[in-house]
Amino acid sequence: MSETPASAQPDPQHAGQASILEADLAPVVEFRNVSIGFGGPPVLQDISFTVAPGETRILLGPAGVGKSVLLKLINGLLRPDHGSIQLFGKELTTMSEQQLFPLRIRTGMVFQEGALFDSLSVRDNVAYQLIQELVPDDEIDRRVHEALAFVELDNTFSLFPDSLSGGMRRRVAIARALISHPELILYDSPTGGLDPITSTTIIELIVKQRDVYHSPSMLVTHRLQDAFALSTHTYSVEHNCMLPYPNGETDPKTTFLMLEEGRLIFDGSLHELIHSENKFVQEFLL
Amino acid sequence: MDIEAIVKNIVLTMQEYSLFAQRAVMNLFRPPRYWTDFLIQCNVIGVGSIAIVLLSGFFTGGVLALQSAATLSEFGASSVTGRFVSLTMIRELGPVLTGIMVAGRNASSMASELGSMVVTEQIDAMRALGVDPMRKLVTPRLFACISMLFFLTILADAFGIAGGGFVTVVMNHQNGTQYFSMAWEHLRYADIIQGLVKPLFSGYIIASVGCFFGMRTTGGTEGVGRSTIDAVVFSSVLIIFADFLLTQVLLTLFPPI
Repeated sequence: MSETPASAQPDPQHAGQASILEADLAPVVEFRNVSIGFGGPPVLQDISFTVAPGETRILLGPAGVGKSVLLKLINGLLRPDHGSIQLFGKELTTMSEQQLFPLRIRTGMVFQEGALFDSLSVRDNVAYQLIQELVPDDEIDRRVHEALAFVELDNTFSLFPDSLSGGMRRRVAIARALISHPELILYDSPTGGLDPITSTTIIELIVKQRDVYHSPSMLVTHRLQDAFALSTHTYSVEHNCMLPYPNGETDPKTTFLMLEEGRLIFDGSLHELIHSENKFVQEFLL
Repeated sequence: MDIEAIVKNIVLTMQEYSLFAQRAVMNLFRPPRYWTDFLIQCNVIGVGSIAIVLLSGFFTGGVLALQSAATLSEFGASSVTGRFVSLTMIRELGPVLTGIMVAGRNASSMASELGSMVVTEQIDAMRALGVDPMRKLVTPRLFACISMLFFLTILADAFGIAGGGFVTVVMNHQNGTQYFSMAWEHLRYADIIQGLVKPLFSGYIIASVGCFFGMRTTGGTEGVGRSTIDAVVFSSVLIIFADFLLTQVLLTLFPPI
């Protein structure tokens, strides 16, 4: 019987560090050849991409191309027909609805129109998840004030959603998504249908979230100006606003994906997007 | 759409409904349970429906007394009006009318409320926040509707008999004591059991159908309208159909003397 030399034995301390490092670097989201249809032609075909820890991915594409569908696949709100989806290293496609709930709690989602519960006050909307977890009322109030202060809407605490403007509803939806400090944030067209000033406010909040908390996120939009602002700006805690990167630099952890007719046609940085030779990308950027 | 597609669609809908209704019931036996939502729904369905149930019960009893007194007097049997009204109300009309009235009010409100939540992505938001809409929205409505319909039926029966008594005494100028003693003396436990088993099924039908159509709403606000109509139509027809089947079964179990 041969003996393994002592030098070849794995060092448990190093092995532990390696596995921690591996877990740190493992993608938060991984799509492999994902396709989905709703009885007709496929809406998404053969989609593969990853979202790394701390990364912000911006999904571009014209209206009706399947961007929101893709976002809903990430946290299991929709099931793919083919392919594999991993969220936090767990395969979603084989999980039951009940098994998905603990994973969904770890993600925050901002819906296209906010999707606030219109029969509940802003406080109860933002605290919805905490109320279900039976967190004490004092703690809930403190955290709701904190989340509303983050989106600069602390004065809406006891209002109802129908008395808020479209932009305010989106900001409350952002507060609701962020209150539990999610490990992944999904933004579904957070600036869709808003005026430029309100859109900038929302984008500033997303940049603030990215640069202050470094949570990975995926943002769906068809508005190029918003996507570019996310890549070219950083949040200054000192000035309490977002400022452009100097010398035309871009955020290294903010990258782009583009969909065309249900297929992923681009995956890369802002520089690569601008210099892409793909005809559709060029037309979209015009 | 060809006939094959229509049949497939009907079978698929029935399968979906069966699974939906079964899940709604089974949720009661697994946590989390939303007792506050159950009490809120008891208030909305039970307390909110009292007025229509009492009024419809009272006037139905009155009509029964009017119609039956005219016919019974031809045979010299107008004294059994009380027996006729009480048996008809308790065994048949009380449960069915209450079911249909509550279906009109609550199956529609469940379908439109849940349908609006679906089209405005509030249901998806709830799922994204880690809350099961079946447990939070459907199960409390189902059990609230079953329990409240039971009590509403008792009220409808009582007010139906009272309505019949009012017509008998005030309009037909008959003896009130005779009416109420006939109404009471000829009642058997079997009649009461028959009358109180039916609302349990009607309550189940109203809430499960209302929630089912609400939760599968598509097509925006127009879709909400369609779901509401479907919920009322299907729940009303199903209540009458279930009543027919239950009457057959209950008459076999408790044959009339």
